[in-house]
Amino acid sequence: MLADFNFRIIFEYMPLFLNGLKSTFLISIISIILALMTGIVACSCRISGIKIIKYPAIAYIEIMRSTPLLVQIYFLYFGLPTLGLRIPEIQTGILALMLNSGAYIAEIIRAGISSVDEGQIEAGVASGLNYVQRMRFIILPQALGVTVPPLLGQAIVLVKDSALLSLISVAELTRSGQTMTSERLMPAEAFFTVAFFYICIYLCLKTFSDWSQKKLIYREAY
Amino acid sequence: MMAFYFQRLVEIFPFFLLGLWMTVKVAFISLFNCTILGFVLGIFRAGKNKFISRIIGVYVSLIRGTPFVVQIFIIFFILPEWGIQLEAFPAALLAMAIMGSAFICEIVAGGINSIPKGQWEAAVSSGLSLFQQLRFVVVPQAMKVILPPLVGQYVLLIKDTSVVSVIGVMELTRVGWITVVRIPEGLMVFSLVGVLYFVISYPLILLSNYLERRMA
Repeated sequence: MLADFNFRIIFEYMPLFLNGLKSTFLISIISIILALMTGIVACSCRISGIKIIKYPAIAYIEIMRSTPLLVQIYFLYFGLPTLGLRIPEIQTGILALMLNSGAYIAEIIRAGISSVDEGQIEAGVASGLNYVQRMRFIILPQALGVTVPPLLGQAIVLVKDSALLSLISVAELTRSGQTMTSERLMPAEAFFTVAFFYICIYLCLKTFSDWSQKKLIYREAY
Repeated sequence: MMAFYFQRLVEIFPFFLLGLWMTVKVAFISLFNCTILGFVLGIFRAGKNKFISRIIGVYVSLIRGTPFVVQIFIIFFILPEWGIQLEAFPAALLAMAIMGSAFICEIVAGGINSIPKGQWEAAVSSGLSLFQQLRFVVVPQAMKVILPPLVGQYVLLIKDTSVVSVIGVMELTRVGWITVVRIPEGLMVFSLVGVLYFVISYPLILLSNYLERRMA
């Protein structure tokens, strides 16, 4: 089965794969930072009492969560040019990842904030803290512990989702596998190498996520 | 121009319904396969045999660590090299079953592990066989923990069926992709595709929210 697995060709194409790995890294890091900002803004709008910003935020979150990422990517990729916006594929892709993950991150943050006990907030009010102070000193420090592991989970999902950008010809890791397949007709070598790199990224993030979870349990225990 | 394209889009709407039907078909067969496989794997994952549990753990990591597109490419392009020819539709179902079962396995194993040891011991001392222990004592209690994330996972799986369009299965996303070549109004075409996905997955999202509130 794997007897004729050709390692030489993998080394020949290594620069292409490393380039792809680099773009996957960059795309993921930029997208996760932008998504975090989007998520914080969307979550603030979502939990605010002002209806005119609350309902658009709800609509945004629910639409993003109930349609596939691939459809969102195609929507922007084919849709933006008809609006007269011609931006490179890579930016379209980052925009799609940012909007998609932003909605999930908004929900993660909201779950973290609502996990803080009502009595804590009342205690804050009773101590004469204002809204910003309550957020800063009572809610956020506690919510952060609950939020960090699922946020890292979302980062893992985002790295894997960035593979879909290969379908709008962004030159990232999966795309380099496709390029090698079309040039040399060796899909096994190409895609197992791609999978190997993704698993490396996954294991790093997973270890980090498990570690943060352990820290969290420790904090709860004491 | 916009109105003209809209007219065309209305004309080929039945084509979209065919795509929707295909998506529903892939989704439901996959949900069924994934649930059964996931429960079997999950029960073994939480079981006492450390060796089997480890092997399933490695399988789960391999699947969770790679993007679904890459898995589909591996199944669709590499199996023929090993002499297994698959049409696009069965290949899609196979890929979905492999991917989905890994995720559901972890949910089920988490649910079973949340059952206190005393429940197992009580079941053993009542003279139940291993199957009866699972069937009457452990799984019914674990369902409370399993159900909310399971329904959430169903939503994700339904959305992941859009990815099987890359190997040419004529489902909703593929239909949109073909249509946009003829009707160059990306916003309109993919809004329609999005609305159709929304119709399938939003009820499940509501169900998942409801379960989360009730079971918590």
